[in-house]
Amino acid sequence: MAPSALAMILFIVVPIGSILVQSLFVEHERVLVTVENCGPFGCTEETRVDTAATAELRAEEPLGRFNGLGTYIDRGHLAVDELAAILSDNAGPGDIAARVMNLPFYKALAFTLAYTLLVTPLCMALGFAVALAVNALPRLAKGPVIFLTLLPYIATPLLGALAVFWMINTDGIIGATLQAIFDDPTLSLQASPMLTWITLIVWGIWHMAPFAFVVFYAGLQTVPADTLESAMIDGASRWERILYVTVPHLKPLAIFVGLILLMDNFRVFEPIIGFSAEANATSLSWSIYNDLNGQGGQLFGSAAATSVLTTIGVMILLTPVLIRTWRGAGGRAA
Amino acid sequence: MSATPPHLRPSMTASALAIGFLAVWLLVAAFPFFWTLWGSFKVEADFFSRSSWWNAITGPATERQTGSAFTLAGYEGAWIEREFWRAALNTVIVTVSVTTVSLLFGTLGGYALSRSTRNYTVWILIAALVFRAMPHITLVSGYLLPFFELNVWGVLPTAIVVLVAINQPFTLWMLHSFFLSIPKDIDESAMVDGCTRFQAFRLAVIPVMWPGVITTGLFSFLLAYNDFAVTAMLLNQENQTMVPKINSFLGTVQTQGSIMYAVAATVSATVPLFILVMFFQRRIVAGLTAGAVKG
Repeated sequence: MAPSALAMILFIVVPIGSILVQSLFVEHERVLVTVENCGPFGCTEETRVDTAATAELRAEEPLGRFNGLGTYIDRGHLAVDELAAILSDNAGPGDIAARVMNLPFYKALAFTLAYTLLVTPLCMALGFAVALAVNALPRLAKGPVIFLTLLPYIATPLLGALAVFWMINTDGIIGATLQAIFDDPTLSLQASPMLTWITLIVWGIWHMAPFAFVVFYAGLQTVPADTLESAMIDGASRWERILYVTVPHLKPLAIFVGLILLMDNFRVFEPIIGFSAEANATSLSWSIYNDLNGQGGQLFGSAAATSVLTTIGVMILLTPVLIRTWRGAGGRAA
Repeated sequence: MSATPPHLRPSMTASALAIGFLAVWLLVAAFPFFWTLWGSFKVEADFFSRSSWWNAITGPATERQTGSAFTLAGYEGAWIEREFWRAALNTVIVTVSVTTVSLLFGTLGGYALSRSTRNYTVWILIAALVFRAMPHITLVSGYLLPFFELNVWGVLPTAIVVLVAINQPFTLWMLHSFFLSIPKDIDESAMVDGCTRFQAFRLAVIPVMWPGVITTGLFSFLLAYNDFAVTAMLLNQENQTMVPKINSFLGTVQTQGSIMYAVAATVSATVPLFILVMFFQRRIVAGLTAGAVKG
């Protein structure tokens, strides 16, 4: 118990502290020196980056210089000034939306929320439908069907995204077929934000539905046969039986599945890499990755600020559930 | 479930509808993987054919370029030329270590928790929930700078430790509930017979805990195997595991045919996973539902 608790504190509480601290700092500015270049045609002044001095400064204070909450309100994050400017001077709601979507943080937040809120219920619906259908199969067919159903969920998310991406590519089987159907050789699922969002959301449903399926399928095995039978004797049709017996029985399971799906969908990240979708759709996780993976040096402060904001988002998402768990466990405490 | 009584069986039309729906779903679910598997034995001109997708099935360009309808060129390029075997080896090291260490801490911790008289359950549950909800990349962004400063960035043990830590709350939660289902009488009677607490654990509990341990181990394995965020950010080029390596195939090279390396590598990384699922399907299904059934 002690090593586990220690490891948990060390590796989960410490990084949260670490991102809080890092988010208050920002990278050092490069040290600039002005040198005079004198040649045959006179002297010119040139400003250069003093690489050695910059490196030394970075080594001395790896965190960077203190920036307070500056990173949080800059253009890359909450963009307070830009938002104020947009709100005070705009040409209607459409204009506001378009300009807010140009701010990187809000662009990522919008996609993350849209993805989470659409994929979660659609996954549950599809998973439930597949579970009902599998439950009606003869026993021998169930094993292979469950195996094939699980594949999208078990496969490595990045590789699953790549496999689908190669198919919907303009040269891939689905992409080329769509071009043929719509008779439009320039049609590409990556062309517009709308199509990219739809592609990513469909991929998300495909990837996560098997999880909802498995849990609902297990739940279906526990639906009391007597209740179903009495509902039938009382004249309930198939749909009424599903609606009034099966669904209420599975409600606690649905809450569990919904919670897990919310958490998993909120960190959507790999498909954006796999589909090379960053031009049209970014997510909070992707923004952090992008800051840390930057070509011109890693932006720790910026990544940390986004991380803190993401963590706050997770907390908001989980609060209702945590309160529920707390109350439920308090009642059941043994 | 035992056989459904005849009068509860669905009617013919409903069955036909259900089977039709299921057929469509199975096609959607499994087709991309089989398509990629088939295509990995073709050349780029066929798998990404501009003229017709039928080329990917028959492979005329593959036949022209290599003399046969199937080619191992993608696999050769990935495994030998681009040294994918190194990434595969790293993946083996990482996944085996993560699974072993997770289970070691998890069984001891989970056992202690389940036998403790105090009520830790709520805290474990809440901790597991919160930490499961944190996107891994936010944790990684917290680790990165300290790891640079400590000079431990880029090596396999660092990634292993981080993956174990991320996995630990979930492992504890699962094993804790498995241990709760093993009656206390078993180890108590062993202790009455003169065993110490640890001997009771070793001699009486370990022999009956394997189903739970295997299931939990499978999930630790899957987490380590499927991870991209942690391994991509914390490992340097030589130590990359398979998933970030495949991503780097896509990023750097644009030369003819190298995309087929990525296709072949994707298949190479996915096939072992699916074989594993085939063998352990029951355990995985049990594990996915374990948390749910308890509510």
